[in-house]
Amino acid sequence: MSSTLADISGRKKETIDKAVIRFCGDSGDGMQITGSQFTNTVALYGNDLATLPDFPAEIRAPAGTLPGVSGFQVHFSSSDVYTPGDSVDALIAMNPAALKMNLPDLKTNGILIVNLDSFKETDLRKAQIVQNPLEDHSLDGYRLFAVELTKLTRASLKELGLDAKSMDRCKNFFALGMCYWLYNRSMQPTLRWLEDKFKNKPQLVEANKLAMQAGYSYCEATEAFQISYEIPPAKLQPGVYRNISGNAALALGFVAASQQAGITLFLGSYPITPASDILHELSMYKDFGVTTFQAEDEIAAVTSAIGAAYAGALGITSTSGPGMALKTEALGLAVMVELPLVICDIQRGGPSTGLPTKTEQADLLQALFGRNSEAPIPVLAPATPGDCFWIALEASRIAIKYMVPVIILSDGYLANGSEPWKVPTVEDLPAIPVHFETNPEGFQPYKRDPETLARPWAIPGTPGLEHRVGGIEKQDVTGNVNYEPLNHEHMVRTRAEKVEGIAQDIPDAVAEGDPSGDVLIVAWGSTHGPITAAMKAQRAKGHRIGHVHLRYLNPLPKNLGDLLKRYKKVLVPEMNMGQLVMLLRAKFLVDAQSYGKIQGKPFKQSEIEAKIEELLD
Amino acid sequence: MTTATLPVYTKKDFQTDQEIRWCPGCGDYAILSAVQMVFAELGVPREKFVFISGIGCSSRFPYYMNTFGFHTIHGRAPAVATGIKLVRPDLDVWVATGDGDSLSIGGNHTIHMLRRNVGLKVLMFNNKIYGLTKGQFSPTSEIGKKTKSTPYGTADRPFNPISLAIGSEATFVARSVDIFQQHLKETLRKAAAHQGAAYVEILQNCNIFNDGAWQDITEKDARSEHVVHLEHGKPLIFGKKREKGIRMNGFDLEVVELGNGITENDLLVHDEQHPRAAYAFLLAHMEHREGFPTPIGVLRAWNNVPRYEDLIAQQIRDVQAKKGKGDLAKLLRAGDTWELKA
Repeated sequence: MSSTLADISGRKKETIDKAVIRFCGDSGDGMQITGSQFTNTVALYGNDLATLPDFPAEIRAPAGTLPGVSGFQVHFSSSDVYTPGDSVDALIAMNPAALKMNLPDLKTNGILIVNLDSFKETDLRKAQIVQNPLEDHSLDGYRLFAVELTKLTRASLKELGLDAKSMDRCKNFFALGMCYWLYNRSMQPTLRWLEDKFKNKPQLVEANKLAMQAGYSYCEATEAFQISYEIPPAKLQPGVYRNISGNAALALGFVAASQQAGITLFLGSYPITPASDILHELSMYKDFGVTTFQAEDEIAAVTSAIGAAYAGALGITSTSGPGMALKTEALGLAVMVELPLVICDIQRGGPSTGLPTKTEQADLLQALFGRNSEAPIPVLAPATPGDCFWIALEASRIAIKYMVPVIILSDGYLANGSEPWKVPTVEDLPAIPVHFETNPEGFQPYKRDPETLARPWAIPGTPGLEHRVGGIEKQDVTGNVNYEPLNHEHMVRTRAEKVEGIAQDIPDAVAEGDPSGDVLIVAWGSTHGPITAAMKAQRAKGHRIGHVHLRYLNPLPKNLGDLLKRYKKVLVPEMNMGQLVMLLRAKFLVDAQSYGKIQGKPFKQSEIEAKIEELLD
Repeated sequence: MTTATLPVYTKKDFQTDQEIRWCPGCGDYAILSAVQMVFAELGVPREKFVFISGIGCSSRFPYYMNTFGFHTIHGRAPAVATGIKLVRPDLDVWVATGDGDSLSIGGNHTIHMLRRNVGLKVLMFNNKIYGLTKGQFSPTSEIGKKTKSTPYGTADRPFNPISLAIGSEATFVARSVDIFQQHLKETLRKAAAHQGAAYVEILQNCNIFNDGAWQDITEKDARSEHVVHLEHGKPLIFGKKREKGIRMNGFDLEVVELGNGITENDLLVHDEQHPRAAYAFLLAHMEHREGFPTPIGVLRAWNNVPRYEDLIAQQIRDVQAKKGKGDLAKLLRAGDTWELKA
């Protein structure tokens, strides 16, 4: 649906419902900043949105080459947005390599802005392009705008006396200015950001400001662009919003959890993509007494957090798949000594180093079973970037209440992707009661709470509670070293029972869409967006589709088995070879169908829809 | 008038009811006894003591100490202990470890804990063998050693634990011997008094898998010939009749006989606060040299290096002094926000 108005100059301003725009260029071209600035601006305007940053693992692959291409996609709309968009309405390509890598996603007749100055013979060769696409009519199906971005940016900055390299660094802001004109957005939020970010470098503020304004004026002045677009604000729930990424939301959630619990937050972490931002974020919150420890390795990261938990802190550690593998033994220790601990695994493509900057969901079975012997650990998964905040609180609550380590499975897409997030008030947050044992009368380190089966949290420094814990099997109640066969079986079963019992303390699974019918989609984690969009589209076509999105993967909600029986077919889309589906089939004897995608990229709505239609046939 | 006084402790207050499972004759018994005696005198409330260990015979230590104790996993005790110290700098945290636990699987944590100067006391029981796994060579076993896993002898050059600690910028490095009870207790007291990380190598006999590994040092007759006691401010003298000494010769050490014009005044006077690492290295390496004695005592004690946990706590206090204590409601609404009205 769109309406078109002509402005005074005779050019048209068309009101549309949504747009997907992608900035792409060399990893040194500042595409991530450009994309996040555009995102921030449309968010502040009140659009709903979803983003997909896509960048290479190499910090600076050789300039202009295919492996060096970095991109940032934003989907913004006046109605609900669930995904960053299957295909792109407007593509801004800063060089031929970016064009080559990204053109397949541009819609027919889509807007294509390229930097004409970067299509020289050498540029084409670096991108392994033989024929200049600007000259061979291969781009005829698009609305092509070949703009001398480099030359125009330099011209706009000539008064500042900068060298050529510094001037060229501003061309992304020229492109950003163009997009602001194209989508009728104010430059104010970005100007404010520039002034704040570079407050000690006024020349940098001035240069980027001039370049952005020049890009905006260029569109206004030239007749090339005959149309601009207006996307009205979305009708989101009333409230205060901010744009947030998954990693920032996790960090915020842990600060909130420690405040709610009234105990120190301790993060032990070793830098790893795509989890490092959690360490960066939390290291800023010293005013909340947060202690961050950049450890010497992944093992020290988790074991220091275990030490902190032993001493009475909310101990957490953040990592990705390869780091999870290294932490495995320590997780077994945390299970054995029954201390609260939260482990964030921000999944990425694997195995081994795999695809460090790309997303995947293939650590589920590792999180559930990847330890020696019987070592059950509750596993939670956030569904959206904003949900990461709530998952951090919930994981902390469970860890403290049940004296268990808890794993959070996020992924690269949630970590770096962002969405408008309705900011809660402190009153909206759950209580997290903490009880440190202080009474020596009858104290036993493994005497359990009859309801939760949690052992007491008896921290060093408490008079009369001196006791020993460790990784060796221990006698029930006393915690003394014990190798007796029946005691071991009792302890193994008790640890499992404790985790299973958490099912009584978590909400039932809810089927969105139809409560019974043709197809139930069961999924977890970052696939929430495209599945929701696909489910809605299929229901609009008259099919009876349900969608259960699991935030709790261990233990599973106690009504899940029941829900599975209400639909003719069960579809389980996952960014892996079929891990949850294996679990569901084993646990519920249900003929669930797997749909795996392992490309380092999120599902598209269209892919899920095609699969649903295939099942409906 | 009443004054709050610490309970008067005896060794018994630090013993547990757990059956001790070290082999009869193991050097660990002597170490346990010395630690229990010293703890009783330190004037620290019992609940403030925490003993952390990794894996190995030495790492069973916490089970026999009536303090807070945590028997963790192989090699990771320094990292667990660092987490504890960062959260609770007021606790008196000790680490029991061995040559395999500290120098092999836990080598990385050992060096990083030392360079950070975390306020931990590390007791490294060095018996030059893997005991709990029944007799494989360790990173301190001498080259060529025949063991279960090296029937034709090792090709591994050993670590000198003292050198490793000094090379890791440790601020307190000392060595004692399981059966030298008085010396051991004195060394433990000094370690306890040190502000930062204290690394104490305790030469310990494994009478089952490596009996007599330290015989040269521990035999009554050989002792005085093969050991030099390092005492701050005193010359390095050894020998049955205290007739030998260590003297500087250029940038090296030499063993000299006292007499014939050589007096104590010519000898090297030990300075545990010597500002150059090279000094402690020279001492540490004497044991590998023909005719030189093995040094025991405190090789280095630098007290002017801030503790890691204090720096971290100070950073938090500084930020809070500048920004005020964090306000969660404000934090939730930080950054660019916008309001949608109903």
